[in-house]
Amino acid sequence: MSNQVEAPVPAPSAASRPLVVDARPSGTLRGIWIAVLGFLLLLPWLGLGEYPLHLVIVALIWSYIYTSWAVMGRLGMVSFGHGAFMGIGAYSVVLLWNGFGVSPWLGAVVGVALSVLVAMLIGYPCFRFRIIGHYFAIVTLALSEVTRLVIVALRDYTGGSLGITPMSGLADGATYSVYAMQFSDKTVWFYIALAVWLFGLMVWKMADRHPSRLALQAISEDEDAAASIGIPVARTKLGVTMLSAGLTALGGVLYAQYQLYVNPDTVSGIAISLQLVFGAIAGGMFVRLGPTVGAMFLLALSETLRVMIGNQYHGVDMTVYGALLILFIIFMPRGILGTLLKK
Amino acid sequence: MESIFDIFLLEAVVNGLLLGGLFALLSLGLNLIFGVIDVVWICYAELIMIGMYTIWWLHVPQGVSLWLAFPAAVVLVAVMGAGLHYFIIRPVLAAEPINQLLVTGGVLFLLQALATVIFGIDFRNIGVRMPGINVADMYLSSARLLAFVVALAAIGATGWYLRHTFTGVAIRAISQDRGIMPLMGVNPNRVYLVTSAIGGALAGLAACLLVLQYDIHPAIGLSFGPLTFLICVMGGLGNLVGGFVASFIFAQFISVGGFLFHLEWGYVIAFAFFIAMMFWRPQGILAPSTR
Repeated sequence: MSNQVEAPVPAPSAASRPLVVDARPSGTLRGIWIAVLGFLLLLPWLGLGEYPLHLVIVALIWSYIYTSWAVMGRLGMVSFGHGAFMGIGAYSVVLLWNGFGVSPWLGAVVGVALSVLVAMLIGYPCFRFRIIGHYFAIVTLALSEVTRLVIVALRDYTGGSLGITPMSGLADGATYSVYAMQFSDKTVWFYIALAVWLFGLMVWKMADRHPSRLALQAISEDEDAAASIGIPVARTKLGVTMLSAGLTALGGVLYAQYQLYVNPDTVSGIAISLQLVFGAIAGGMFVRLGPTVGAMFLLALSETLRVMIGNQYHGVDMTVYGALLILFIIFMPRGILGTLLKK
Repeated sequence: MESIFDIFLLEAVVNGLLLGGLFALLSLGLNLIFGVIDVVWICYAELIMIGMYTIWWLHVPQGVSLWLAFPAAVVLVAVMGAGLHYFIIRPVLAAEPINQLLVTGGVLFLLQALATVIFGIDFRNIGVRMPGINVADMYLSSARLLAFVVALAAIGATGWYLRHTFTGVAIRAISQDRGIMPLMGVNPNRVYLVTSAIGGALAGLAACLLVLQYDIHPAIGLSFGPLTFLICVMGGLGNLVGGFVASFIFAQFISVGGFLFHLEWGYVIAFAFFIAMMFWRPQGILAPSTR
């Protein structure tokens, strides 16, 4: 996973990936950040319609999930199994709520813990036995398919392929229930999604500053060399995998509670796992806001195509999506934002 | 993945054996391409889907005889395989390996969506019902038996081709040492192209066998695509014999597991077994244990 094709290395300090962008805080950048944040905080009060606000919320949730994936994806650990973690998060809250009346707040904790546990069970042997590259991608792909099939097979509890709806926790006439994590007002969801998205970006930054960050970079460049200078390869990789899995599970929780409907195909399995990977890559997985740009791009694309061609032609939007992905990977492997920032 | 490859009653084991032959054919093309070009075609099952639609389109709306539609599908998918390599894989061959995996994932979406646009989401079938066979109180599907025989013949033919023709030997040589072959005067790009075409032709052949047993719809690739990758990985990517053995192991798990519990559980057990095997023998079942 090295970029040795860029033959003349200008200076030894220059990282081969544009991660330096994040590490260089500038006054202008901070100003832009504060302006954007201020704008986002005021967004629900600017007279936006229900539907545009819905789109913004969905964009934030996917941005957060793509970011969670890229936390490990950018380090050369391309997982095709994040559908599993999203599915575990989503189904944990819904099943605990419907079956036992456990508040989704607690359910979220259970879902995240369960995902972290699964990540550990699958990650430890993978990293211990040096399953990397294609093999890692396909082992994790198996994990996401297993999760989808288990959900389908447990149809007596999960509703199988038809999906499941969390029972309404709203009393008569009430528009929200904090205990049930159900809010009819989209403004509340907007602020929750915004907070979670910012949390994801913050975790990314903290991970960048963590001492093991450099170790992980070294591992992604050359695992043997990293091991030879005493880096505990398996343990370090496992840590970031568990982190990424936990974050993704939280995204699944958010998705389930916002949509109030989940089915095995929208939260787990190969299709959603590939979508996560592509979203993050299209935006640029090596820069912090790349996955966010990817999520906004994909949403803008599908909305534009929907408006332009309408719903009567099935598959046209996916055709354009697929074609764009191919072009992206061939011509712009660093993604939209990654390419822009490099210039 | 539900309802495809479904298993009848006590014939689970025999059916599993027959299913194994089909899996072996499915995994052979993918394995060959991986072994030679070092690329996993995530979209391999979608090529098969295109082949199935080709047969349906030629036979049902156009009224072409199946004896012509089958070879046409094989040729078309072989050309698509070569085209896939030339136009999509070749530009990213020098990039990070994961990009090659991802670009074929893009092709997966593209082919699936194109099939939806062109053929719609309805289930199609070619309207051929092969008779069942009763052997010793067991009901066996003759389509499945045919698939088993044809698959084994195709595997044998591919093996013969790789051993006894010049191009076949060059293909095997490239898979053993990618760096040295250009020095021996072999053009790797040509070998890659030929291998991709062979892989495509095997996908087209698989389409002919599958179309006799299953309805066609745009997402059909997802029903056996992941399974095919798992078989290849369990056998050791690029290891043709390992893939062959793994096919029969997987088929037994699905067939017998599905019979004892429920179809999805057959798959779940097979997948769980796969994950366990990855830890025991990450390089494939026939590789020496790493412990």
